[in-house]
Amino acid sequence: MIESIILSGTAMGCIYALIAVTYNVMFSASRVFSFTAGTLGMLGGVLGALFIARMGMPVALGFIVVLAGGAALGLVTEIVAVRPVLKSLDQHLYVLSTLALALMVQQFTAIEWSTEPQPFPRLFGLARVDFDQQFWLPMLACAVVIVGLELLYRHTLIGHAFLAIAEDNYAARALGLPERGLRMTSYALAGVIGALAGFAGGEMMLAFFANAPLLTFYGFVPVSLGGMGNNRGAVVAGLLLGLFQQTANFLVGGIFASVAVFAVFIIVLLARPDGLVGAAQQRRV
Amino acid sequence: MDTQATPEATELRAVRTTGQGTPGALGAVLPFLVLLAVGVAFPLFGGGYWGVIATRACVYWVLVSGLNLVVGFAGQIAIGWVALLTLGAYATSVLAAGNVMPALPPYLALVCAALVGAVFGLIVGLPALRLRTFYFAITTLGFATIVTQVALAWQSVTGGGIGVPGPVFPEPFASQWGFYYFCLGLAAVCTWMTANIAASRFGRALTAIRDAEVAAEASGIAKPALLAIVFLFSGAVAAVAGGLFAALQSYITPDAFTFDLSVLFFIAILIGGRSSVLGPLLGTILLTVLPEFAAPLVAWSTFLYAALLLVIVLAIPGGIAELLDFRNRRPLESGRAIVPQPRLVARLLDAAPATGALTLDQLGLSFGGVRAIDGLDLEIRPGQVHGLIGPNGSGKTTTLNVISGYYAPQRGAVRLEGAALPPLARHLRAHMRIARTFQTPRIVGSASVLQNVMIGGTIHGHGTFVESLLSLPRHWRDEAMLRETAMLALAAVGLERLAPVRADRLQHAELRFIEIARALMLRPAFLLLDEPAAGLSAEEIVRLSTLLLAIARAGVGVLLVEHHPDLIFDICHHVTVLNLGRKLAAGTPAEIRSHREVVNAYLGG
Repeated sequence: MIESIILSGTAMGCIYALIAVTYNVMFSASRVFSFTAGTLGMLGGVLGALFIARMGMPVALGFIVVLAGGAALGLVTEIVAVRPVLKSLDQHLYVLSTLALALMVQQFTAIEWSTEPQPFPRLFGLARVDFDQQFWLPMLACAVVIVGLELLYRHTLIGHAFLAIAEDNYAARALGLPERGLRMTSYALAGVIGALAGFAGGEMMLAFFANAPLLTFYGFVPVSLGGMGNNRGAVVAGLLLGLFQQTANFLVGGIFASVAVFAVFIIVLLARPDGLVGAAQQRRV
Repeated sequence: MDTQATPEATELRAVRTTGQGTPGALGAVLPFLVLLAVGVAFPLFGGGYWGVIATRACVYWVLVSGLNLVVGFAGQIAIGWVALLTLGAYATSVLAAGNVMPALPPYLALVCAALVGAVFGLIVGLPALRLRTFYFAITTLGFATIVTQVALAWQSVTGGGIGVPGPVFPEPFASQWGFYYFCLGLAAVCTWMTANIAASRFGRALTAIRDAEVAAEASGIAKPALLAIVFLFSGAVAAVAGGLFAALQSYITPDAFTFDLSVLFFIAILIGGRSSVLGPLLGTILLTVLPEFAAPLVAWSTFLYAALLLVIVLAIPGGIAELLDFRNRRPLESGRAIVPQPRLVARLLDAAPATGALTLDQLGLSFGGVRAIDGLDLEIRPGQVHGLIGPNGSGKTTTLNVISGYYAPQRGAVRLEGAALPPLARHLRAHMRIARTFQTPRIVGSASVLQNVMIGGTIHGHGTFVESLLSLPRHWRDEAMLRETAMLALAAVGLERLAPVRADRLQHAELRFIEIARALMLRPAFLLLDEPAAGLSAEEIVRLSTLLLAIARAGVGVLLVEHHPDLIFDICHHVTVLNLGRKLAAGTPAEIRSHREVVNAYLGG
C-alpha cells in the first residue's frame, strides 16, 4: 500500500510540478500568471487520445503533434490574452483575459471532444507492472524538463536572454534583446511543457476537459509555495503536494483529501504570502 | 470683515447648486424603476418557460448584486462564487427537508442558509486581505471545486449524486408566478441595498481600495474590516440566491452547480462595468436571456460568455456602464484655470489645531547597505510650513513614508505631541489627523472628482455599514455632510466646477489639487505633501503657495517635500536640507540660502 501511495503520489506530483513550471516559464517572460497553464495540461491528454487512439497516429508522431498543439496554444495565449494587456500590468487585466481564453478552450473541448472522461491509449505495449508506465512516464517527463531547462538557462545564449528578461525586463530591452520574440518563444516553450505534462499523465488523469481547472489549481499550489519563477522550489513543492494528496486520499478518502490540500494551501499562503522561499515586497509609494 | 461675508456666501451658494446635479438625481433611479415596472408586468406578456427564465434572472441577480460589491467595487477577483450558491442551495434544502435535524419552515431555512453563507463568504474572502489578484482568484476557484466535491461525497446529508429536493415555499409563493414575485421582490431589495452602499462612503472606500489602495490607507480606510463586512453581506445574499435556486430547480444535484455558473456571475459584472449597479444588472439579464433566443446557443453559452469577457477586457474595459455614461463624453472646457480660494480654507479647517509638534527623533532606516535615513531630527510645528529639500535619493520621500507608516524606522521614533506613533499602522495616521499627498497622484479614475474628494472624509462618517445598506437617517446625514465639506474643499482648491467630472479626464496639475482637497477633508492637524508642485506651471505654483500658506495659517503643520527652491524659500518657516539621509543643514530660508555647503551641493551657484 505504501508503495502505491508513493508511486502515484510521486507521479501526480510530477504532473503538478510540470504545470507549475509551465506557470513559471510564462511568468518569467511576462510577469503574468496565465489560467491557460492547466488548460495546456488538459489538452495534452485530450489531443493525445484524439490523435493516437481515435485517429490512429503512430505514438511518436502523435506525441510531436500534441507538443506542437501545446506550443500553438502557448503562442495564442501570448498574442491574444497577454500582449494586449501588458501595457497596463497594474490593472491585472491579464487575470481576466487568460481566464477567458482558458474557458473558451475548455468549453470548446467539452463540446467538440466529450463531456465524459475518455481513456488515454497505452503508449508502449508493455505488460502492466507495479512500476507501470503510467507512473514512470510523468516522472521521466518531469526529469527531462527540469534538466533540459537547467541546461537551457545555464549553457545557451537564448537561455541567458530568457534569464535577462526575467530579471529585469527594461534593462534587457535597453540592451537590445528582442523582448517580444523571447516572450513568444517562452510561451511556446511553456505550451510544450504543459502539453507534455498532460500527455505523460494521460493514463492517470484520462482525457477529460474538466482536468483543466483541477490542474490550474493544483499546478498553482507549487508555484505559490515554491516561490514564483522558482522551478526547483516548484518541483519540490509539487512532489510534496502529490504525496500529501495521495496520503490524505488513502487516510481520509478522496473528497476530504482535496479539502485537506486546500486548507494547507490557504494556511501556508496566509502565513507566507510570497511562498516558502519568499521574495521581497515591492515599494508601493 | 462684513464686506467679505457677502461674496463668500454667494460663492458657496454657487458651490451648492453645482453639487446638486451629481449623484442621486432622478435620472439615476429611472432605469431601475423602468426595469422594476417591466419585471412586475412581465407575467402579462410571457408565460411558462419564459417565467422560469425571468425567475432565474432574478435569482442570479440576488447573488450578482452582492458579488458586485466584491468584484465590481472592491476589485477582488472572486471567480468561484458559485460555491456560495451551492452552499446556500444545499443548506436551505437540507434544513427544509430535515435531513440532519427536525425540518424547518422554508423561510427559516433560507435565513439560516444566509447565515451559513455569510460565514463562508467571510472564509472564502479572508485570503483577499493578504493575497493579491491571481492568488485570490485561484483560492476561490479551488474553493468552488471543493464544495462540489464535498456535496458529492457527503451522501448522508446532501444525497450525494442523487441529490435532495429543493424547498417549497408555501402560498402565496407556491405557484410559478407567486414564486417569481417572491424572487423579484428579493432582487429589488438587493438592488436597493447595494445601490445604497454604492452611493455611500463605504462604496467609495471600496473603489479606493481597488484603484488607489495607498490613498485609501492614507484616508484612514481599514481594508480588513471593510472587506470582511462586504464578504459577509455578499456571502449571505449568495446563499439566499442558492435557496431560491434550489426551489426553482425543485431538485438539486451537484451537477446543477457547474463552474459555468460562476463564470456567468463574474462576467455579468465585468460586462456591466465596474463601480456600477445598473451595468451588472443589465449584464445579468443579458447573459441569462441571451442563450434562450437561439436554441443551438445553449450548449455554447459559456464559450460565448468567455469570448465576450475577452472582448470586453481588450476593447471596452469600462463595460456597459461606461457606454451608457453620456455625461462624461461631453468635452471639457479647455484652457481652464485652477483658482484656489484660500479664504475658504479657514472655514474648512475649523477643528482645533494640534497643541504639540510632530517630531522625528533620531530616525534611522537602512535598506541593505544603503542608509536611507541616518539619524534625522525634525520638528513640524502647528501653523508652520516645514520644507524638506535635498537631491534625489537623499531620503525625503522615505522620511515621509516612515511618518505615514509605510516603513518601520529601525532606530528612533516619530512622535506626535510627545507620544510615539505606532510603526506600520498606516490607516491609523488619518485618525491621528495626519494627512498626506503622493508624488504620483493616487486617484480613483472612474469616480467623479467630488467622490474622490469625499473619500478623504470617510472616517468622519458616523453611520454603520448596515445603516447605509438600509438607507437610514444617519447615512443621509453623513452623505450630506461629506458632500458639503467636499464641495467646500474643492472650492478652496479651486476645482468646484469640475466636481461631477470623471477624475481620469483631468489634467495632471488638477489631480495634484484634488489630492490636496482630499487631504483637507480629514481636517488634518498635520499635512505631508510629496512634491505638490511637480508638473505645475509657474502660475499654478504661485497659487499653490497661497493655498499652502492659508492652510498653515489655519493652524495646520505642513511638511513640504519639494524640488522647487522658489516655492520652498517663499513659504517655508523652516527648512531642513537632506543629503544621503543625513541632515545637511536646517534653519530659516534666509539661513539656508546662504549656507555654503547647501549652495554647493544642491542649489548650485
